[in-house]
Amino acid sequence: MADGRKEPKSKYTLDRGMPGAFEGETVTRRRFMTLTANGAGAVAVAAFALPALGFAAGSALFDRPPVHWEPVGAEDDFPDDTYLPRVLTVVAGIGQVGRTTIYVRARNDKTDTPPNPPGYDERFIAMSTRCMHLGCPVRYIDAAKRFVCPCHGGVYNFEGGVDGGPPVRPLDRFYTRVRNGQVEVGPRYSVNSEFRRFPSYRDPAQDLDGIGQYLYPGRFSTPKMD
Amino acid sequence: MKLPLPPLPAALQPKPKRPGESEHVKPVEQLKEAGIATVDWIDERTSLSQPTRWIMFRKIPKGTNWFYTLGSATLFAFLSQAVTGVFLAMYYDPSVTNAYESTRHITNDVFLGEFVRGMHKWGSTVMVILVCLHMARTFFFGAYKYPRELNWVIGVVLLILTFVMSFTGYLLPFDQRSYWATIVGVNINGTGPLAGPFLSDFLRGGAEFGSTTLSRFYSIHMLLIPGAIFALIGAHLYLVTKLGTTAPPWLKAEGSDGLREERV
Repeated sequence: MADGRKEPKSKYTLDRGMPGAFEGETVTRRRFMTLTANGAGAVAVAAFALPALGFAAGSALFDRPPVHWEPVGAEDDFPDDTYLPRVLTVVAGIGQVGRTTIYVRARNDKTDTPPNPPGYDERFIAMSTRCMHLGCPVRYIDAAKRFVCPCHGGVYNFEGGVDGGPPVRPLDRFYTRVRNGQVEVGPRYSVNSEFRRFPSYRDPAQDLDGIGQYLYPGRFSTPKMD
Repeated sequence: MKLPLPPLPAALQPKPKRPGESEHVKPVEQLKEAGIATVDWIDERTSLSQPTRWIMFRKIPKGTNWFYTLGSATLFAFLSQAVTGVFLAMYYDPSVTNAYESTRHITNDVFLGEFVRGMHKWGSTVMVILVCLHMARTFFFGAYKYPRELNWVIGVVLLILTFVMSFTGYLLPFDQRSYWATIVGVNINGTGPLAGPFLSDFLRGGAEFGSTTLSRFYSIHMLLIPGAIFALIGAHLYLVTKLGTTAPPWLKAEGSDGLREERV
């Protein structure tokens, strides 16, 4: 052409003089075949890739473990001025790996703040030994009335609140109840620095004050308490 | 130059050729011919000699030195990990109740078990060190610049995958150190905002460290990541071959004086 530019092609195959073109047809048969073959390939890949991904991530993120209550001792066993260590099975069927030490004591309504939230009437406190820095096991030291973590020096007071070191929130706790004179320990829950309960317990190092509770959302697999 | 024959008895000395007799082919020559014929047969059907020559006989810049071998050293460290890992898998049992016992069995009972496991264990550290040295060489020699940026990016992905291998492999002996290091490592993953809690649950296979955590780490360690590393090393080496290596930065380009004069 004179100005050196190509005339734009018509979008209709009929106008472009293609053999066997239909009136109003815009997609050539070659293009249609290409799209169909690629689309079929994509469907075939998705047919095995999506179930495989769901298989890998689904039960990890969505499976709700059953609520399990484990008796740890008689009501009278536990004083309210010191903790007694007990061993709790957190994951059943895998032997020692599924067990963890917890510290249990009676609740002292005079010193334990805040009071039980409405709907709860807990008379015992079951403290998790999972350090809220990165998950090492803490130990209760009676002489100091404190929990101490061996890894990076996290220190917690008698209520489990952070006294020093890198932990971001107080120690997790477990729900407790009394059945037939036995103290029973149930699922884990987390608390923030004001001891507000978060039934969807968070991993260690996840802050639950201020914006932290939104940056670290609860999981879909929180045990259903009722 | 022809060496004199040893003083052999006449019966053992090779007889001179009779006139009109066809050339006698020695067995060594026959073997050589057979080798060449086989390679020719394959090459005629695959044309593999061309890419082989493209990979093996490349021009390399002046000043190439021992620092340029760090990449190959890393590759061999990885191959060593792959081979020893495959054979360790023949004796290892990734179940929470048997993992430690099978590791102990490899170390104490199996013939050469301690040696092969030791190669795998210390080799992982060697590989991380070599990867970092290789990366430092690339950085300090300016070998990440145009047109090699993409190869740098692939290299960084390989570095991360190497760390993932170290992290997942650390759990497998399943002793106290493995267990608590993995608890801490998974919790560090959980500190990422918004996605972190789901990532840590994905790694553990649930909210608690359970029976699936170990088999999950095992599968990631021996199937998922090695496949990705193999593929990316292929891409990495293709780009090295295609783009060539860089000269060390202390070497000046020849004829640069002439260019400077022209610019005046």
